[in-house]
Amino acid sequence: MAAVASDDATARLALTDICKTFPGVVANDRVSLTLRPGEIHALLGENGAGKSTLVKIVYGVLRADSGEMRWNGQIVQVGSPAQARRLGIGMVFQHFSLFDSLTVAENIALGIDEKVPMRDLTERIGEVSAHYGLALDPGRHVHTLSVGERQRVEIVRCLLQNPSLLIMDEPTSVLTPQEADRLFETLRQLAAEGVTVLYISHKLEEIRALCEAATVLRGGRVVATCDPRTETARSLAQMMIGAELATPERGGADAAGNDRLTVRNLSLESEHPFGTPIRNVSLSVRAGEILGIAGVAGNGQPELLAALSGETLCEDADAILLDGRPVGRLGPRARRARGVCVVPEERMGQGTVPEMTLSENGFLSAYLRSGMLRQGLLQVRAMSRFASDIIQAYSVMAPGPAAAAGSLSGGNLQKFIIGREILQNPEILIAAHPTWGVDAGAAAAIQQALLDLAKAGAAVLVVSQDLDELFAISDRLAVICEGRLSASRLTRDTTVEQAGLLMGGMFDEAGEIVETHAA
Amino acid sequence: MLPRLEPRSGVSAAMMLLTPAIAVGLTLIAGVIMFAALGFDPGRALYTFFVKPVSTLYGVSELLVKATPLAVIGIGLALGFRANVWNIGAEGQFTLGAICGGGVALAFHGVESWLVLPAMAVAGILGGLAWGAIPAFLRVRFNANEILTSLMLTYVATLLLSYLVHGPWRDPEGLNFPESRMFEDSALLPVILDETRLSIAAPIALLIVLAGWVVLSRAFLGFQIKVVGQSPAAASYAGFSEKRLIWTVLCVSGALAGLAGMFEVSGPIGQLHPVVSPGYGFTAIIVAFLGRLHPVGVLFAALLIALSYLGGELAQIELKLPLALTGVFQGMLLFFLLGTDVLIRYRIRFRRRGARIALPQGG
Repeated sequence: MAAVASDDATARLALTDICKTFPGVVANDRVSLTLRPGEIHALLGENGAGKSTLVKIVYGVLRADSGEMRWNGQIVQVGSPAQARRLGIGMVFQHFSLFDSLTVAENIALGIDEKVPMRDLTERIGEVSAHYGLALDPGRHVHTLSVGERQRVEIVRCLLQNPSLLIMDEPTSVLTPQEADRLFETLRQLAAEGVTVLYISHKLEEIRALCEAATVLRGGRVVATCDPRTETARSLAQMMIGAELATPERGGADAAGNDRLTVRNLSLESEHPFGTPIRNVSLSVRAGEILGIAGVAGNGQPELLAALSGETLCEDADAILLDGRPVGRLGPRARRARGVCVVPEERMGQGTVPEMTLSENGFLSAYLRSGMLRQGLLQVRAMSRFASDIIQAYSVMAPGPAAAAGSLSGGNLQKFIIGREILQNPEILIAAHPTWGVDAGAAAAIQQALLDLAKAGAAVLVVSQDLDELFAISDRLAVICEGRLSASRLTRDTTVEQAGLLMGGMFDEAGEIVETHAA
Repeated sequence: MLPRLEPRSGVSAAMMLLTPAIAVGLTLIAGVIMFAALGFDPGRALYTFFVKPVSTLYGVSELLVKATPLAVIGIGLALGFRANVWNIGAEGQFTLGAICGGGVALAFHGVESWLVLPAMAVAGILGGLAWGAIPAFLRVRFNANEILTSLMLTYVATLLLSYLVHGPWRDPEGLNFPESRMFEDSALLPVILDETRLSIAAPIALLIVLAGWVVLSRAFLGFQIKVVGQSPAAASYAGFSEKRLIWTVLCVSGALAGLAGMFEVSGPIGQLHPVVSPGYGFTAIIVAFLGRLHPVGVLFAALLIALSYLGGELAQIELKLPLALTGVFQGMLLFFLLGTDVLIRYRIRFRRRGARIALPQGG
């Protein structure tokens, strides 16, 4: 086709038959991708589909085993990120690489390759941020910035080098809906000026709103290219998963029971120097309901979770009540004995010990509840049976109970942890980011398991950054911002906009939304 | 060209078990070179060092006598090291065990009762335990590094022993030598093999090894120790108290070192000297690591290191080699063990700095 030839000639970046194999895994299998100037192109796929590998090859972090990369029509081999930047390729990573104790300008100076006097740099940061509406104060220290502002630092750092291709890796996973909208405006402006944007995400609605082309990866291969504006979120999801997507079924019952877990005016200083102190948080979770706690990362979620699980003890025993009894001074073991199970934030090193087997990791949190401990001795057979049960019930991809936890992929390990906690029949379940990094099919299964647990009468508290998830499963919703928690609201009476306002901290002492009428 | 260490993708389990053997082999090779450099026939020297000591029944019994304290202390240290608690002061805990056990023996001088030995054992255990509890308290309460505190307490313990045998506990009929009375028979461990110094301490040490094995592989305590050592955050999540585990492992390793000290004075020595240990407490650190912090490994490592003690003594007598050679051999063994340990986890790469790939011009 003649169109293809002319396409290639004008393409900014053309990848042909890129292959990359890791021991035991084909991460990219003959992947081809063409990006035109001024295009916002989505790279869509589940976790483990090969998106990250592909962009790391483009950005010079990894080398492809075979295949061809053309940049403005010329064959190139990118050996390092520095070389990619010289070509005009910029990348904003999902996890920021900023130094908390340095200023914005100092961080940017560290991240660019040329040596620029600090005064000129500050001037250029001002120009770029004014031009793209990315408000930034170069003199501020990074630890005082919100996550959205930190992302702006990363974007400005890229833009200072005048890239003609900007790669964005899951940029909205840490943003409020309003911040995400502002980011989209910036990206559209960049595209209008001829910059190509490669946008990696698994959030389907935002891809439909932003991108004009999409390449869908599954199992390391390109399975579809399409115009997302003419697709539905459902059809995109099915391309991504390759199967029908199960929607979680709500119990629909409002028959919530008594308060099981109550937090009253909890305040805690953070042990980490750049952590967030908890300020006067109150909440209650009733039997049979799911309370969702939304919020942008870094607003005190780890501190709140540690206080709820007992990893951090409260000063006042009455700050946390289980069935009306004070437990604020009790550690995790005593709270577990009272029916509390916890899915922690970090799955490696907190939720599991990577060097230990799945049997041992099953025992790690379930030792009180499933007959695996007798007279101070581990019951090896019962441990192995418990791990096998989890593997089966939650379709964990693992060779067996003797596999080391560290050998599992993140998503599979998460399924194992969720299964371990739910199979203990908790009366109160506290789950942090239950589906983070889990593929869509498994995420639906996990959400269904949480709903079923609540339906069976457990009190469930879910802390998540994923608003869609909380809207799908929670009965009530509260938002944490800078260590303060909003009042909870019925989820069905809450709009995404309202949740966004709360995530931006727009609530008063009583935890109710403050409507600002300022322009 | 700068050498760099690059992590290997996987660590082979077979290599983990093989490294002690490789380290022993490399130590022997280095020993050959060293003996040759010193002008000795390497074959004869190695024979004198490693084979001759155990060529008689008496030699084997001496090997077990020396291996006993190493194994008993090594088990306790291995438990602690597994939990990332670095008790470097077993030598001091050993000395306190000897002082307390010996003190009981002296106090009951002239009393013929089977109760004396158990009382000495209890006193020895409590003495070592107390000496291990001090670093535990300082660590838990003030976050003071147990490596420093336990090491410094070692010098306190040896000076205390020195004071006692020079002063209050000096043998009244001992011609002013700084030694206590000889213990009476009721305060000496029963010998289980005639014509040797092999006492019931050896089978007790074997039982301790077995108990250590059960604790680490099957017991809840051992599980908690391993979790705290490998992932402190996971231990905190699971509700295992790190403070309580620090107390436990320091008290247990102190108690075991104390028991070993009591065994030493009521067995091979039979009285209190200013020096009751040829460095067993420090050497047991090598034993614990050489045994891969595994109780069975500790047992074999204790035998091997005990052999190096005997070999060093024999080489001094027969070849007129300095006794420091024992320390050199032990040091080389630890060096090669740590070296091979690094190399099974990392590979060495020589790479020029800032390698660049040719970049087409224009574009």
